Amino acid sequence: MTQADVLSPVRPKKTSPGTRRNRRSATLVVGCVLAGLVALLALVSLFWLPYPTDDTSGGRLAGPGGGHLLGTDKLGRDLFTQVMTGSRIAVEAGLGSVLIAATIGVTLGVLAAFAQGWLDDTVSAFLDILIAFPTLLLAMLIVAARSATLGSAVLAIGLAQSAVVARLVRILAKRVLAHDYITAARTSGTSWSRTVAGHVLPNIWPTLVVNLALQFGLAVLAEAGLSYLGLGAPPPNASWGRMLQEAQATFTTAPVGALAPGILLVLLVIGVNLIADGLRDTLDPATRRRRA
Amino acid sequence: MTPVLELADVALRYRGSAGNVVEDVSLAVEAGHSLALVGESGAGKTTLLRLLLGLARPTSGRVRFDGSDLSLRDREQMRRFRRSVQCVFQDPYSSLDPRRRVGATVAEPLRSLGIDTRATAGPKVAAALERVGMPADAADRYPHEFSGGQRQRIAIARATVCTPRVLLADEPVSALDVTTRVKVVDLLAELKQEQGLTLVMVSHDLSVVASLCERTAVLERGRVVEQGDTGQVLGRPAHPYTRRLIESVPRLPA
Amino acid sequence: MTLLDVRGLTVRTTDGRTLVDDLSFSVASGERLGLIGESGSGKSLTTLAVLGLLPDGMSATGSIELAGTQIVGAPEKRLTAVRGRDAAVVFQEPLTALDPLMRVGRQIAEPLRVRTGLKGDDLERAVAHALEQVRLPEPERIARAFPHEISGGQRQRVALAMALACDPKLLIADEPTTALDVSVQAEMLELIDTLVREREMAVLFVSHDLAVVAKVTDRALVMKDGRAVEEGAVHTIVGAPREEYTRTLVASARRLESALDLRSAR
Repeated sequence: MTQADVLSPVRPKKTSPGTRRNRRSATLVVGCVLAGLVALLALVSLFWLPYPTDDTSGGRLAGPGGGHLLGTDKLGRDLFTQVMTGSRIAVEAGLGSVLIAATIGVTLGVLAAFAQGWLDDTVSAFLDILIAFPTLLLAMLIVAARSATLGSAVLAIGLAQSAVVARLVRILAKRVLAHDYITAARTSGTSWSRTVAGHVLPNIWPTLVVNLALQFGLAVLAEAGLSYLGLGAPPPNASWGRMLQEAQATFTTAPVGALAPGILLVLLVIGVNLIADGLRDTLDPATRRRRA
Repeated sequence: MTPVLELADVALRYRGSAGNVVEDVSLAVEAGHSLALVGESGAGKTTLLRLLLGLARPTSGRVRFDGSDLSLRDREQMRRFRRSVQCVFQDPYSSLDPRRRVGATVAEPLRSLGIDTRATAGPKVAAALERVGMPADAADRYPHEFSGGQRQRIAIARATVCTPRVLLADEPVSALDVTTRVKVVDLLAELKQEQGLTLVMVSHDLSVVASLCERTAVLERGRVVEQGDTGQVLGRPAHPYTRRLIESVPRLPA
Repeated sequence: MTLLDVRGLTVRTTDGRTLVDDLSFSVASGERLGLIGESGSGKSLTTLAVLGLLPDGMSATGSIELAGTQIVGAPEKRLTAVRGRDAAVVFQEPLTALDPLMRVGRQIAEPLRVRTGLKGDDLERAVAHALEQVRLPEPERIARAFPHEISGGQRQRVALAMALACDPKLLIADEPTTALDVSVQAEMLELIDTLVREREMAVLFVSHDLAVVAKVTDRALVMKDGRAVEEGAVHTIVGAPREEYTRTLVASARRLESALDLRSAR
């Protein structure tokens, strides 16, 4: 008898709903609401904005109310407009980075998982170095080579994250490859590509998706950090990071300029983290099988 | 008659290991004469199995299939080989992909060997599942819905769906309960008889070996210390190690 | 004198499944009882319940009295006192019982020190003695080794030495030889048999294998799906099983054994 058998000696056919699961799905719902709020702002900003982004007619540092829901900044631009554009940029930064990280990371990770001997050692050493390499330095190099745009920031963040994803995928895939069903596939003449598509990816994706959701939150934070330093999207595209930076000097007199992007940033990051947390339990094959 | 599978003076040394894991092994698997490889941990049973499955290349010596050297690069030969030689593993919890329906798992050899498409595999999969005594609706379910013994039956269905000539089995019943064990042994005996399967079984369980195999080879530390007719090896063991193995089997009080 | 008295033990999960159902048995001082069952029979959970070690999400009701201490519902502090002193356990997989990062000698020294108060060289000698008792060759070398540096059979002997270090009144052995090679298993069974007889220690021996249980115990309890099926002398259970399930169990074991006899007789 294995340890698992000791813990679940009877295997019922159907999953029984536990309190744990309900709490998890509540986590998922709250996460979706928080992240969805920002996503909605971002979506609407594509079609409609209260004011043009370069409209400075609002008067400097106007308070909330009147024609401006959140007031204006020190150049007289509408803050709500900026927050909406910022939402769009944040979502784009998150999605873009995760897309890059997933594409490069999964490819590299799966290849590394198949590697053996010295090749395996080399690949994992390379990934470790890449992970240790500061994202900021990478971003500065890319900005120096290209220009300070949202694309450069996303590229830098995505590249940095792909090393993290690759290392995770390598470990997960290696664990899958150790199973007898992989050997069975080999002795049935299943090609490597079909083994990856048919066995490896389906078995790692639940854990992977959870991690990518976390990476999304980290990417949003990283983009805010980079644009705070002037390495992100250039004006008049108001990124939350740049809004924070611009509102810094006038924080005591006009706190809304810093509070609004700050709160939304926190909401989005908490939201995706909650989603990741909720997904972990509903998707993870280990917890699902234990319950099953 | 040419043996289906043959190891001739085979030795294998893993990268970085000090010595050979198996050495000087010569074995022949003849059609209709099931062979047991008996030994304890570290005897090199699993390594021999990997060699017989074409998953590893010997450091020296030869692996022959139908009389010709097995070349892992020869695609045409490997396809014939894979179709003729299939495998059942020890741990039924590791040998089935938890995210695949049983039907897709059983159909894998048919599809990977290019024998059938998804559409045409269905009847064969159903027949294979029926042969191992699984209910018809099993194909649409997932492995976690089945017990260890049922999973092992599914694994046997996968290994026999492409009607191989040789079935390699790595401790096929040692993870199972005694009552289940007897049933799976019966199933394997039945398949041997009805399908004309030749069984090559790795096991440390002499009673299972005695139930299923005509020939037995005893391995100790990577070498074959004794081989021959199962009755002879177990009845009149020539090697002290074989005698010790036989004496160690726990017996029910009379 | 009754050492272990289990009355109406029921183990349930929080979501309402009953894994052990109204189980009663007792073990007298120096008595050896076998608990026989297949996977899912609840035999391992029963041993965990006796030690108060049920995993999260499971709870026991009924009564388990071990050397006069009520285990069911007892606070962790009282359980800690009972474990080791009154009952010690050897599990199937010795690796789970041993700390992989600690040398074998230190792992045995810890319970010995607590019980005997020995220090320094004396403690070291006691450790070597404990390892000698389980017939480990070169006890000094083994004591310095890490668990992964010794063989599976040796690890299980170390686990046995740890269990015996506190001289418990009851030794619980949960499939202690299932993970071992046949020849190692035979040695291990003989060792357990000799040691518990020497010390007049009571044993609760859990296994799915009738033949293995018969080597060590005189009385056995057959379990299925969390319930007791049949209890009696091992010889009676094997020779003249009363219940249908026991009959199937014995017949299966006999079937395999007879194949061996048939081949080796020729």
